Amino acid sequence: MTEILKPSVWIFIIFALLAVIPAFVVAFSKNIVHSVISLFLSLVSVAVLYGYLGADFVAVVQILIYVGGVVVLYLFGIMMTREIKLDVNISNAPIGLGWGILFGAVFFGLVWAAISKVNWPTARISGTPTTSPIGNAFLSKYLLPFEIVTVLLTVVLIGAVIIARKEIKK
Amino acid sequence: MIGIKAFLLVSTLLLTAGLITVMTRKNAIGILMGVELILNSAGLNFIMFSRYVHGNVSGMIFTIFIIALAAAEVAIALAIVLAIYNMVGHIQADKLTNLKE
Repeated sequence: MTEILKPSVWIFIIFALLAVIPAFVVAFSKNIVHSVISLFLSLVSVAVLYGYLGADFVAVVQILIYVGGVVVLYLFGIMMTREIKLDVNISNAPIGLGWGILFGAVFFGLVWAAISKVNWPTARISGTPTTSPIGNAFLSKYLLPFEIVTVLLTVVLIGAVIIARKEIKK
Repeated sequence: MIGIKAFLLVSTLLLTAGLITVMTRKNAIGILMGVELILNSAGLNFIMFSRYVHGNVSGMIFTIFIIALAAAEVAIALAIVLAIYNMVGHIQADKLTNLKE
């Protein structure tokens, strides 16, 4: 009972709730702009959880790419696919919500039952700053995947421009 | 200290929310947001296991790959959504049945 009063535990609980509750708002909100704002909140909280686990570099990358890039891209996509005659309240109505909730509950129950059966290690391995080991691993052990991802990002950049062009040659 | 099961609970709930989003959304952008939630749940699992089980940075590197691939995925997918919107005039995924028959 004394353990629950530690500040680190409270920080974890707060940001876990801030990650999970907006995720379900993303799933159930009728307004897609509310969904994007909730996604933003959830991604920031997941970044805080990365930092809580000692992954400082990944937390910063998450904030830079997801929060700074992906969420803004979603907002642009929503703005550009909005019909002019409608207001901001874009239709985000779900189909078959009852089946979705039923599937979600069954899925979560099964996965959690499986997780509960495993005897997980409890000791947390103490962390050191991770930026330098990550850089070394990228340039030695994971060099080929790293280069492939860079080529992929270049291809994606060109492909996105070509696909999203207005004038499509017939 | 927070145990591994608490993080597993968070990532499983994120995965469930993402799956419900992907299954029930009509709007194509809404479906993509569900995919983002699923990828974040996977990334959280990678980092958690790298911290609790191995103690090296391999899991963090996989999370960085996941983030990069998610950025690539959302760029291409939103380009496709914009192209569909320019051709069809809406992005309701259940009405895009041109290729069905």
